Amino acid sequence: MALDWPPLNARTVTALPKPAPIADALQLEAALHLLRASGYECARTPPSLRDAAWLQTVIESLCDLSSRDALTGLANRRQFELVLEGELDRVARSGEMALVLLLDIDHFKAVNDEHGHAAGDLVLQAVAQRLNECVRPMDTVARYGGEEFAIILPNCSPAFGQAVAERLRRRVASRPVGVAVHTDLRITVSVGGAYASPWVRSSVKLWMERADTQLYRAKEAGRNRTSLEPAAMSDVSAEEKGMLFSMATLPAELSPPELDASHFPRFPE
Amino acid sequence: MNAPAPQSTGSTPGAARIVAITSGKGGVGKTFVSANLAAALAQQGKRVLVLDADLGLANLDVVLNLHPKTTLHDVFTGSATLAQALLPAPGGFTVLLAGSGLVEYSRLTPQIREQLTQVIDTVRPRFDVVLLDTGAGISDVVLYTISLADEVIVVATPEPTSLTDAYATIKVLAMQQERRRVNLLVNQVARSGDGRVIAQQLRQVIDRFVCGATGQSFSLELLGDVPADTGVRHAVVKRQLLMSLQPGAPASQAIVQIASQLSKLPTFKAPEATT
Repeated sequence: MALDWPPLNARTVTALPKPAPIADALQLEAALHLLRASGYECARTPPSLRDAAWLQTVIESLCDLSSRDALTGLANRRQFELVLEGELDRVARSGEMALVLLLDIDHFKAVNDEHGHAAGDLVLQAVAQRLNECVRPMDTVARYGGEEFAIILPNCSPAFGQAVAERLRRRVASRPVGVAVHTDLRITVSVGGAYASPWVRSSVKLWMERADTQLYRAKEAGRNRTSLEPAAMSDVSAEEKGMLFSMATLPAELSPPELDASHFPRFPE
Repeated sequence: MNAPAPQSTGSTPGAARIVAITSGKGGVGKTFVSANLAAALAQQGKRVLVLDADLGLANLDVVLNLHPKTTLHDVFTGSATLAQALLPAPGGFTVLLAGSGLVEYSRLTPQIREQLTQVIDTVRPRFDVVLLDTGAGISDVVLYTISLADEVIVVATPEPTSLTDAYATIKVLAMQQERRRVNLLVNQVARSGDGRVIAQQLRQVIDRFVCGATGQSFSLELLGDVPADTGVRHAVVKRQLLMSLQPGAPASQAIVQIASQLSKLPTFKAPEATT
C-alpha cells in the first residue's frame, strides 16, 4: 500500500467482520475504483477473477478502507465501537483493567471560523498523528466524530492511566500546528477517561458515558487538562471518616464521647 | 431504570434472583442474617438456596448445626456432583456449604471464577432466590462473588469500625462494579429507627465522595434494622435459627419484615414464571 497511515494493529484486524465475497464484476469494478481513488496500490486490473491472493488483497484493502477515518487515517467510530465491544468482553472475563480516553480539541470551532476548514483539517491531522505517537501498538486510537478522539488502552492499570492521559495532553500542546505560511496555531486538548469495571458485563454506552462525564469535567475545569474517573479504592480517608461520624443525628453510642477532665491521668505538680 | 444491574442478563422469568450478602467487617452477624433471612423467605413460599461463598473461612454449617459429608470443595475437585452437595437445612431452605478452612480458595484464580459461575448457572433455574453468603472484607473472591449478584445487601452494625468498613465496601461496589444501588441492613441496633439515621449518614458521605468523584447517581436503600436481641445470642449458642426458636422475638419479626422488603425490590418484582 502506498499510504503512510500507521497500520491498524493486529487486534483490530482480527476483529473485522468477515466481508461477503465480491460476486459480480460490476461491483468489483466499483470497489477497485474506490480503492484507487483512496490511494490503495492493490487496485490494478485483475490478472484473473480466480486469483485468490489478488482477491484477498482487494478484500483486505476494502476492510481497511471501511474501518478508517478518511481524513486522519485513524480507526473510525464504527471500528472503535467494535474494538470496544471486544474489550468489554475481555474485561468481563479476565478482570483486567482497561481504560477509555475521550479527547476533544479545545476551541476547535474558532480554528474553523478564523482560519477556514482546510486549516481545521490540518489541525485534526496533526492531533491524530501526535496521539498515535504516544500509545502502545495494542492501543486503538480513533476519530470518534468531529473534533473528538477516543482511545482504548487494554490492560492499563490505574497506576499508569493518569500518566498516559497527561502524556497525550502534553504531546498535543508541545508545539504549534502550522496551518499556513506564518500561521502557527497553539492547539490543546481536554481529556476525560474511565476504567472498565472488571468482571462486570457493562455496556459500550455506559463506559463511554462515564468517560464523557470526565471529559466534561476537564472542559469545565478550564480545558487543556485531564480528568480520569478515580479507580475504586477501598481505603477511607480521614475526611470521609470525619464526615461519617460528625453529625449530631447519629445514635448516642456513635457520637464522640464528651471529654471529661477526670478521665485524664493526673501528673504530680 | 436505565442503569442495568450488573450481570442482569440472567434475570429472566423463572430464574432465581441472586442476592449477595456481604459486610466490610467480620462479626456483624452476616451469616446469622443469611440463614434467618433464608428461613423467612422460605416461609413466604419461595424456594431458597444459601450458598456459603465464604470459601476461605466458611461457618454456615456451624450456625445451622449441620455436619455435611459433601461440600462445594468436593464439587470443585470433581469427587461429588452438585446435586449431592445440595443439602436441606432446618428452616425449609437448601444450603450449599463450602467446607470450612479451604484456604486454597481464598485467592481468586480463573478456575475458581469459572467453577463458581458454573455452579450458580446450574442452580439458578431451580430456585427463586439464591443468597450468597460472602466472606468479610473486600478481597478478590468477595468482589467477584458480588459481581455475580442481582442485588447486594451490606450488613453493618452501629459501630464506627463496622460503618467505616461498610462504607468502604459500598464505595468499591459503586466505583468498580458500576452498581447504582446497594441495600443496607443494620444489625444489632439499640432502638428500631437507628438504621434510618445510619443510612442517611452513609448517603451523605456517598453523595459527596462517591457520586462527587464519578458523576454518577447512587442509591443506598435501607432494607431495615434488626434490634439487638438477647434471643439471638441464645439461638447462636444453641446453633438453631432464631426464626424457629423464637419466631415472636423482635429480631425475628424484623427479619420477616426485611424479607418482604426484599421481595419488593425491582429485580424481584420482575414477572416470575412459576409460583
